[in-house]
Amino acid sequence: MYRSQTLAVKYFSAAIALFGVMTITGLIAAYYYINPDFLFGILPFSIAKILHINTLVIWLLMGFMGSIYWFLPGELGRETAGIWAAEILFYVFCAAVAVVAVVLIVFQYGGSNEAALWLINQGRKYVEAPRWAALGIVVIMVVFAYNVIGTAIAARKTTGIITVLMIDLIPLILLYLIAFPAISNMSADLFWWWWLVHLWVEATWEVLIGCIMALALMQLLGTSRRIVETWLYIEVALVLGTGILGLGHHYFWIGTPSYWLTIGGFFSALEPLPLLGMVVHAVYDAGAQHMKTTNRPALYWMMAEAFGNFIGAGVWGFMITLPQVNLYAHGTQWTVSHGHFAFWGAYSCGVISVLYLVLQRTRNLAIVDGSLWKWSFAALNLGLVGMTGALLVSGFVQAFVERAIGGSTLDAFISGQENAWFIDGMVARFLLAIVFTAGYVVLVWDVLTLGRRAPAVAAAAAAQ
Amino acid sequence: MDFDDPAFWRAGAISTIAVMSIVLIMLTIDSLSAISPGGSHVPTYTVINQHIDYKFDSNRGFDVPVIGGAEPLFGKALDETAAAALIDHGKMVIQSRACIDCHTFFGNGAYYAPDLTKAWLDPAWGGWQAVTGADTREGAMVKFLMDPEQYRTWTRTMPNLGVTEPEARALVGYLKWMSAVDTNGFPPNFNQIEKRQ
Repeated sequence: MYRSQTLAVKYFSAAIALFGVMTITGLIAAYYYINPDFLFGILPFSIAKILHINTLVIWLLMGFMGSIYWFLPGELGRETAGIWAAEILFYVFCAAVAVVAVVLIVFQYGGSNEAALWLINQGRKYVEAPRWAALGIVVIMVVFAYNVIGTAIAARKTTGIITVLMIDLIPLILLYLIAFPAISNMSADLFWWWWLVHLWVEATWEVLIGCIMALALMQLLGTSRRIVETWLYIEVALVLGTGILGLGHHYFWIGTPSYWLTIGGFFSALEPLPLLGMVVHAVYDAGAQHMKTTNRPALYWMMAEAFGNFIGAGVWGFMITLPQVNLYAHGTQWTVSHGHFAFWGAYSCGVISVLYLVLQRTRNLAIVDGSLWKWSFAALNLGLVGMTGALLVSGFVQAFVERAIGGSTLDAFISGQENAWFIDGMVARFLLAIVFTAGYVVLVWDVLTLGRRAPAVAAAAAAQ
Repeated sequence: MDFDDPAFWRAGAISTIAVMSIVLIMLTIDSLSAISPGGSHVPTYTVINQHIDYKFDSNRGFDVPVIGGAEPLFGKALDETAAAALIDHGKMVIQSRACIDCHTFFGNGAYYAPDLTKAWLDPAWGGWQAVTGADTREGAMVKFLMDPEQYRTWTRTMPNLGVTEPEARALVGYLKWMSAVDTNGFPPNFNQIEKRQ
């Protein structure tokens, strides 16, 4: 095994651990809605939410990096360039994440000065991590880009997938620089902030996971490179063709000119197209193999990725993307419903799929199967889709009661939040979050014991 | 044309990205001028010296901010430099306390607490004046922000974030300025229900 692949395993371990932190802080945040006095005066809702959404970003980023460190040596036929730097930075990355989490929990916030933004909390959604930590992420991303590009140079070769990946890493890093400034004008601040958030999540990350899924498909189903690369280019053309101007759906209400209502509405309405393409691709490939594979969990998670991305990001996103609807849905639990489903479908399922591919090699398993992965697959997906539905109910209530009828004032907000259907949705979300958490526990159990439960695997192998 | 050739689709991807990126850059240049203070959609910071309202514009089909006569914040008009300093300070308070992780600004943020886009104009402040014993709306807001646990809103209480009086005044100035931003009618129907009654 290459050193790069050993590093990949470490990244996956850290990613799965942070997936757990995300789940627990999500549970806490969900519980505040049911019992607002919970941890009052100790840990405000904001800190639980910050930990929830930042660990989301970091565990996915670590999952992506682990996937690339895993596939890169095989793709280019050599050890990853500068792997020693990446190995050191892995521990720096983990230590930094831990320090940021402790500082956020213990100090929570500082005074209104630059020092607080550098050391404690930047207070911008998704990029709350203090600036020193954000600088660290830049260094890690630059070294990661060097690992990929340097390996291609050293190997004197590249492939279509690696070329797309290399080009994608440049905007990925440049856009992250938006994490630093504190622009006083909220309209301008949010304008650039969306360049980071949207053009990461709905553009560069989509391309990144597209590359990872392409590499995974070749390993999982033996799909030909020609087919995979053709699809990747189509994906890139459609994702960026719709997603770059789809950015406009965040510019409806932040003080930007009204032409964004038309441009953002139109292009973001087309954003599901590439995701539908991904479903067609996945179903075609899996069908061509008659769903036969030596790694069923990887295949099922990949199918969940394709469908989850299309339904969660595509359909759920389309539901709120037209300005006529977004005027009422924006900033409600309806958005939260879309956010959960989209991140899960677009990214999380893909990372879990690659994790199972990695485990098959590291544990040297001819066949990966058993019953544990099915329980975790069912509980995680049912929990997540259930949460999505529950949040949608609460979101509808807000859109109607708070926005359309109430007029969006403080009193309207409160009457929406106190509405019985809203509360039912929040309780259902919490209960389904527990189902999701149970799925996570089983996933960890399966990952830890896979290949070490010899009889079960042998039985499954015999059944095949 | 060979549709099976990956190179065909690669060329398509590159040209699509190039065209879309150029359009985005052009629109960004235009938008940045519209959203800079004093631009077509975002007022100068000295707007905090004036009365601000939010009224239905029949031509545009939604509510728009209406800037009225003199109404200095805390009874004292600020020049351009002082107003900018107050707004800078206000934004620093917003970031250092991570307000956006409970509240929303222009609908962006977290959904645990109310949207602050038009918070300055919220009719509820009338009642808060009585509760806090303040003479003015801005006075009530300062008292609330400095000790939110004393003035519990409802079952969800805003925690005490150690906001000092200068910080609270800067925050109030920020919220007043923000309420004058033209948000294409967001949030909808704000305050209209009460006005119709």
